[in-house]
Amino acid sequence: MAALAGAGFRRYATYRQATIAGAFTNTVFGVIKLSILLAVARQAGGTVAGYDAAALSTYTWASQGLISAVWLFAWTPIATRVRTGDIAIDLARPAHPVLVWLAEDLGRAGQALLFRFAVPMVAGGLIFGLRAPTRWLTVPLFAVSAVLAIAVSFGCRLLVNLTAFWLLDVRGVSTLYVVANNTLSGLLVPVAFFPGWASRAAYATPFPSMLQVPTDILVERHVGATAVGSLAVQAGWVVLLLAAATWMLARGTRRLVVQGG
Amino acid sequence: MAERPGWGRAYGLLLWSRIAAQVSYRRSFALDLVGQAAVVLLDLIEMLAVFHQVPVLTGFTVNDVLVMFGLASVGFALADLAVGQVDGLGEYVRTGTLDIMLVRPLPVLGQLITSDLQVRRLGRVALGLGVLAVAVTRAGVDWTPGRVLLLVLTPFCGMIIFAALWVAASSVIFFLVEGQEFVSSVTYGGNYLSRWPFSVFNLAMARLFTFVLPNAFVAYLPAVAILGHTDPTGLPGWLAWCGPLAAGWTAGLAALAWRTGLRRYVGAGG
Repeated sequence: MAALAGAGFRRYATYRQATIAGAFTNTVFGVIKLSILLAVARQAGGTVAGYDAAALSTYTWASQGLISAVWLFAWTPIATRVRTGDIAIDLARPAHPVLVWLAEDLGRAGQALLFRFAVPMVAGGLIFGLRAPTRWLTVPLFAVSAVLAIAVSFGCRLLVNLTAFWLLDVRGVSTLYVVANNTLSGLLVPVAFFPGWASRAAYATPFPSMLQVPTDILVERHVGATAVGSLAVQAGWVVLLLAAATWMLARGTRRLVVQGG
Repeated sequence: MAERPGWGRAYGLLLWSRIAAQVSYRRSFALDLVGQAAVVLLDLIEMLAVFHQVPVLTGFTVNDVLVMFGLASVGFALADLAVGQVDGLGEYVRTGTLDIMLVRPLPVLGQLITSDLQVRRLGRVALGLGVLAVAVTRAGVDWTPGRVLLLVLTPFCGMIIFAALWVAASSVIFFLVEGQEFVSSVTYGGNYLSRWPFSVFNLAMARLFTFVLPNAFVAYLPAVAILGHTDPTGLPGWLAWCGPLAAGWTAGLAALAWRTGLRRYVGAGG
């Protein structure tokens, strides 16, 4: 598994220009997003939905740094493997395909974390300042939460991809998924900005576990038992999503016919 | 010259073949239209969530900001429809398709644009127009002939500004093949920034996106003039009428950047 994760890491580390360009873009979008959020906070008298200026800055830069690791956009390589029949190779491997794909994705995310988390965080911190955590436990809790966020996102993306066993083209499902997760994960604005009913609906889905939960731990909206509770919710989603994916893969495999000898 | 079809006819044929190909799969096409509209809906949700927290933002109500949103959305959607395919440039360079385009007797940019025209992007134009119509109605504009003219003129200026910045930024690909995300920060980042009142930004940033990259002419300045506000960042009202000038400036910039890039291009093959 470690070897597969390492391969995933090295594969993405090859594209150095793309990594630099990506970190630059994350930073530009962060400047625009934070400018808007800070104007809203000023207008609201300093604090908006429980976030002050420093917390908004940390939320923005941590989420801009996390988005490429967590990956909240279209991602359909496994659907392509189902369509082309390459999936047969994955099924013939001695390790379970879900674990193999998970290991590769963790490797990819590790590379993204290492390079694309640091740049927006440092650049954003220098321009806007960040909120310093008041408890030593916050940073380790954030790190665990970020890894769980990657696994939750992977589980959801895998489910989207596995619909390829039943659908010819997963583009429609993929678009719907991206729209839902960009809205509900806290990518556009913190989930707490939504009206109460919408925010409660969001927390009934795995989406906030991908971005809002780790950033809220970092700005210490969740501390102590609440923070541990949110990690447990994230872990619960990982187990549920991976179990669902394993079941879907088994069902899909039964109806799979790969052409050719 | 007589036996060779004119440029207009050649592009017309290329375009028509693209449109016919996409519309022929009806259900798939309908889904794509919905998907494109959903992207605009996302941006709308973000804006409404902000105004759920505050009733006004730097003096602008939600209806005022929706006018900016509508103008920027229509301008960007038209630009995306016209030149969004240029985003494929990195892929064309890597796979060598660009070399094929270079030997054809038509300008490369024209071929790129007609190569993969996405009719489904009309879904975005439609939704943007819908938002704009609702917003100008609800904002209670005191209509004058000048304001009507500005409302009609602005989406076209916006289209040219966005499209020209798109082409100019894409020229980076000739130097950095993997630089697609740099391009995105100008194109999609510009779209993100253009639909907000510029008074939320730092003054230096607001001026940069007015006088260097003229994103302010896409929606903010015209919307302030149409709504009869005075600009909180301190720019005079007549500046809203300089949209065509800004469009000309960016078009010149795009032509220069594209030519420089293309002249430098030597191919990606061995």
